[in-house]
Amino acid sequence: MNDLLISLILILVKLGMIFGVVLSMAAYLVLAERKILGRMQLRYGPNRVGPGGMIQPLCDVIKLITKEDFVPDRADKWVFLFAPGLTALTALLSFAVVPFSPPLTLFGREIPMVVCDLNIGLLYLFGLSSLAVYGVVLGGWASNSKYSLIGAIRSLAQMLSYELSLGLALVPVVMSAKSFSLTEIVMSQADWPNMLSHPLAFLIFMTSIAAESKRTPFDMPEAENEIVGGFHTEYSGMRFGLFFVGEYINLIVIGAMTTVFFLGGWHGPFLPPVVWFIGKVLFVAFLFIWARGSMPRPRYDQLMHFGWKVLIPLALLNVVITGAVLVAMNG
Amino acid sequence: MGLWRDIKGTLQPFWITLGYLFTKPVTIQYPEEKLTPPPRYRARIVLTRNPDGSERCVACQLCSAACPVDCISMQAAEDSDGRRYATWFRINFARCIFCGLCAEACPTMAIQTTPDYEICNRDVLKLVQEKEDLLIDGCGKDAEYNYYEHSGVGVVNERGGNDDEYGPVDPKALMP
Repeated sequence: MNDLLISLILILVKLGMIFGVVLSMAAYLVLAERKILGRMQLRYGPNRVGPGGMIQPLCDVIKLITKEDFVPDRADKWVFLFAPGLTALTALLSFAVVPFSPPLTLFGREIPMVVCDLNIGLLYLFGLSSLAVYGVVLGGWASNSKYSLIGAIRSLAQMLSYELSLGLALVPVVMSAKSFSLTEIVMSQADWPNMLSHPLAFLIFMTSIAAESKRTPFDMPEAENEIVGGFHTEYSGMRFGLFFVGEYINLIVIGAMTTVFFLGGWHGPFLPPVVWFIGKVLFVAFLFIWARGSMPRPRYDQLMHFGWKVLIPLALLNVVITGAVLVAMNG
Repeated sequence: MGLWRDIKGTLQPFWITLGYLFTKPVTIQYPEEKLTPPPRYRARIVLTRNPDGSERCVACQLCSAACPVDCISMQAAEDSDGRRYATWFRINFARCIFCGLCAEACPTMAIQTTPDYEICNRDVLKLVQEKEDLLIDGCGKDAEYNYYEHSGVGVVNERGGNDDEYGPVDPKALMP
């Protein structure tokens, strides 16, 4: 009984820490993105509120909360109100299986530094990223607006197509780690990060996860200059804020997934494991911000063409080659 | 080859934006650093004086007539020696569009535009400036110029008495 209580308290503490760190990281990623994009365009970005603009996220939140929470006429009200929460929720839930440090021994107890070490953690992540489509599609559908609907349809098709190549890119990783558990996958990269042993899978993964999370080279669902704001055109106030925060939590999720699957998780010399983990996550986040500052948006049919005719065959080929190499090495 | 071109076109932008990331931004941080506009910048309008310190304005109403938004008004009067001047002169900067047509129209170079762009005000009535606000102590852009030393009828010199002038033309002598 006592043991159970301690485990429960530990889980709650870990949850609280993860929520705190992820939400504040998401808030400051918004600022970081605005500042980095600004510097790439020879501007300064926000630097007026507080030293170097450090209080800007707080001001943005206050602005969003005090704005009117508007529901369009003839919108499907309950679905409309519910959809943004779904987006942020699925993004947050992904952190349950992400291991950010090797197990810690405290007072003779071994504490795994992950909320829940599922043995099918990878499948859980895929399940959540499929559910994340619902938030976007329901929000777009319920808004009763043509732009929202077009954005929702685009994101539905795009996220479903790129999930395939995303999954196929991770098959070689699972094959070499011989496990679906994220902790096991990180353990298997103690010597070599998967990025070096599976370079093709890494490239396919990075491309498809950018499309999966609607980051810029693939931000057709919310393409501002074609369809206003895509699925969140009709949203205002904190509901728009939830979509927005969800996007940046997603950016951290991407960083965490890339770190766990390809960059070797917490492994690294000299520094403590947690620092390595957070550093790698932030580096991946910077890569995506950098891509947003550099890449134009392809046409929608080019996107589908690329996903189905290039990425998926390449990923399948990669699975076959990895399997052959593994068989040759063992046999 | 197509593929090579695509790869190059995908990677090159990253290199360029990385270069810009470490370049100093071109933004001028306004309240702390201020841009000094070029001398011919068209912002606050002033009334200038002659090199000898007298007012240049002769209240000819040309600026007021040229103004597309009718923001200049004045009252003309005449000195005892026949020299014209404005008893009051008013520019409504809330209306002014800073086109500079008044400065172009002015024959005596009295009304001039300056690079002083910081004239914003929360009280709109403070933007209506009278002659004492507009009149400055200098000559502005044409430091040497004095209208009455080149032209003008009988105020400083006799008609045609200036160095670069000739006297009245006798129209009857202009035979073909």
